[in-house]
Amino acid sequence: MTAVRRYATTAAGLLILAVMLFPLYWMVNASLLPSTELVGSEPAWLPVHATFEGYRNALSSQGGHLLTSLYVSLGTVAATLLIAVPAAYGLAQLRAAGGRLLVFALLIAQMIPGIVMANGLYVAADALHLINSPLALVLADSTLSVPFAVLILHAFMRTVPAEVREAAAIDGATRLRTLVSIILPVSRNAVITAGLFSFLFAWADFLFGVTLTSRDERAPITVGIYRFIGAHMSDWNSVMATGVMASVPVAVLLVVAQRYVAAGVTAGSVKD
Amino acid sequence: MMAETIPGAAAPAGAVRVGRRVGRRAGLHVGRHGGRSAGARRSRGGTGWAAFGFIAPAWLYVAAFYVYPLAANVRMSFQDYTVTSFFTGRAPFVGWRNYEAVWQDPAFAATVANTVLFTVGSLLFQFGAGLALAVFFQRRFPLGGLLRSLLLVPWLLPLVVSGTAWRWIMETDSGVLNQALMQVHLIDRPIPWLASTSVSLLSVTLVNIWVGVPFNMVILYGGLQGIPAHLYEAAALDGAGAWRRFRHITLPLLRPVTAVVLTLGLIYTLKVFDVIMVLTQGGPADSSQTLTTFAYDLSFQRLTFGHGAVVGNLLIVVAVVFAFVYLRATRDGEGRAAA
Repeated sequence: MTAVRRYATTAAGLLILAVMLFPLYWMVNASLLPSTELVGSEPAWLPVHATFEGYRNALSSQGGHLLTSLYVSLGTVAATLLIAVPAAYGLAQLRAAGGRLLVFALLIAQMIPGIVMANGLYVAADALHLINSPLALVLADSTLSVPFAVLILHAFMRTVPAEVREAAAIDGATRLRTLVSIILPVSRNAVITAGLFSFLFAWADFLFGVTLTSRDERAPITVGIYRFIGAHMSDWNSVMATGVMASVPVAVLLVVAQRYVAAGVTAGSVKD
Repeated sequence: MMAETIPGAAAPAGAVRVGRRVGRRAGLHVGRHGGRSAGARRSRGGTGWAAFGFIAPAWLYVAAFYVYPLAANVRMSFQDYTVTSFFTGRAPFVGWRNYEAVWQDPAFAATVANTVLFTVGSLLFQFGAGLALAVFFQRRFPLGGLLRSLLLVPWLLPLVVSGTAWRWIMETDSGVLNQALMQVHLIDRPIPWLASTSVSLLSVTLVNIWVGVPFNMVILYGGLQGIPAHLYEAAALDGAGAWRRFRHITLPLLRPVTAVVLTLGLIYTLKVFDVIMVLTQGGPADSSQTLTTFAYDLSFQRLTFGHGAVVGNLLIVVAVVFAFVYLRATRDGEGRAAA
């Protein structure tokens, strides 16, 4: 390709990106526009008279939901890794009995429609008086991430040579000790990837949030936004400011941990 | 992840790759790995049962958080669950009456039709656009890699957030979509994208296509990278043009990946909940209701959990059928690749 054609291709690529990302730009734009410019008959393409009023409103009414989402998501990461790390170790390194069946069960579990889970989990949570409890949300959200985490950790830990584990065993380390001090540090990238995606899944969850919380102050941010639109239909700049704030943790994670995501995902797919 | 995934909606690319690897491991090279593992076991002097302790929590987890809700859902579909059931703890068994009630629900037939249109429309255009973008990004050009990774951003945001942005874009009077279409004189008066019974399904489908394109692009891009470049060079030497190379090399060699993308896409599209809830709540007048939002409506809005469970069971059956199609597709794909 000539240089001219290559730059023309870049221009086309930029155009595609602009179209695909337009809704996100439009959200940021609306979050900064004063309410008067949001209802005009002409679109305001740029936030010339930017205001942070929307963010002030959003923070005062949605700040609590953001916190709820934050600790529910962190709890989900912990719960997911607690189940997935030993399971992946047992599957990949110790070749535990029944392992293949477990992998199959997890592949199928990923495909159960969420609404079915919500039905069953609601009844269970109600019987255990866990409606509106963050614990119920953590456990329900973990069903979104445990299969993925086990599968990606399993794929990674299989690439750790058996000699590493055997050397530790000869030195007298128990299986648990080997997992904690040898396998975990070596699998750091895969663990970070699994944890990161667990966080993203839990942060984005809406179905479990809306079914397992009836009291508004216990709802996560996704449910907060949903009810906020219902109640403040015309207040688009506060709604959009809430949306931007709900995207911030995702953006931060991706920037800070991008290296680990890439490392973890390629480790899970390229090596064999 | 990929959509409901991530989003819930969508599981990341890794999931598919890992899934395929696991499938291959379980299916095709059993002999080789099995032999090695037996040796390893002997050398350690233990058995797989001693290691079972590490995977036991995961088994308990599967039982408590997948098998139990699934079984509870099946049982509920034969019970008369009402608001009082939650106070008294009593829900009498009523045989197939819930199934009859759902079958006779005036919204049921339209909901099934909506689900089919929504799913087929989403899959077709997500796949088409995803493939076009994957082919486009195969070219080498300045900033290509950066632009490709930036395309993934919408896919990683919570669907409620991007759905909210779309709801604002599609507002009838102050939404930018109508304003822009009127400025270029494509339409005379605003289209009520989300408020009209005749376009609401189209609108939620369009947004769902937007959601799914990045996922399709990532997986198909990976598939394209796996096609050896020398095949294209040989075909070009034989005088095959770009279209014939695409038609006779790209498409056939992409078939295993295509099967994976489409079946996973189907399973995710059936689960779509957030997008529809934020945009239309399945309305107006059930015009954008799909089986998933219908099940939610029956259980959590009308509080007839037995009816919701019936629709849930229907979704399970469809998902299980396609889950097996998916597992078979991944195995076939690996088989062909290995052959």
